[in-house]
Amino acid sequence: MMEIGLNHYLVLSTILFAIGLVGIMRRKNLLLLFFATEILLNAVNIGFAAISHYYGDLTGQMFAFFVIAIAASELAVGLGLLIVWHKRHGTIDLDTMSSMRG
Amino acid sequence: MFEAIAFYLFAFLTISMFYITVTTSQALYALTALAAGMIFISAFFFILGADFLGAVQIIVYTGAVMALYAFGMMFFDTTRDVKEKQGNKFIIVGLSTVAAVLVVMIFAAPILSDNITAFYPTIEGAGNTQEVGMVLFTKYLIPFEVAAVMLLVAMISGIVLAGKKMDLSITLMSNAEIRDMKKDQNKKVLS
Repeated sequence: MMEIGLNHYLVLSTILFAIGLVGIMRRKNLLLLFFATEILLNAVNIGFAAISHYYGDLTGQMFAFFVIAIAASELAVGLGLLIVWHKRHGTIDLDTMSSMRG
Repeated sequence: MFEAIAFYLFAFLTISMFYITVTTSQALYALTALAAGMIFISAFFFILGADFLGAVQIIVYTGAVMALYAFGMMFFDTTRDVKEKQGNKFIIVGLSTVAAVLVVMIFAAPILSDNITAFYPTIEGAGNTQEVGMVLFTKYLIPFEVAAVMLLVAMISGIVLAGKKMDLSITLMSNAEIRDMKKDQNKKVLS
């Protein structure tokens, strides 16, 4: 109990990942969907860093860096698209984006 | 002992912050809770000895990402309550938990089966930042350069997408000009 091992970190990573998935499934607002994706990426980062530490290998930290870079660029492009959409339609709800009605 | 206390404290704080982020109906609360959660996550990196990663986490997430979100939120109407999807809560939570467990299993099963050896073992007598530099600029040089190009592409696309009509100022224009611009905009945005 008092000794923190790899499993503790993996369980924490799972919990945070589940929270992020719940956010993705229940949010309608696209901005808050982006928040949920950030939570997912951070949960994975914790897993990478923990494995990197407990196996004495730096590869996990490297991948965490690349995940952070991808998160930053995804955010820049996503927010740009969101601003264009908001200028055009005045709303960022997911339901308004169904242009193909089946 | 200290490690255990720190781990449980920050695990509780992180989970509660992210819980607020996904459940609150105010976009501003979600933003602030997300920023706090990001800082608490960097604490795990410091506990795990990944000092450079922790510093990058604080700088990139709470410095750059949160500032970008804050500026982005100025464009949107964030004062009203956010509407939620009306769905079965148990199905959502159950599906999420199953999916998260599966993803972590996919990652952890080959590692926990104990037939893994360290590709780039940590170097004795070097600080974490030094180790990261050594590995990043020898073994991971090409991914590093590709990530740099990707960030450049993202920057250019962000400027192109968000920077339309930023050379115009509505306060300095006459009403007729604004009306013309609005008429134009309906035709031209996204073209």
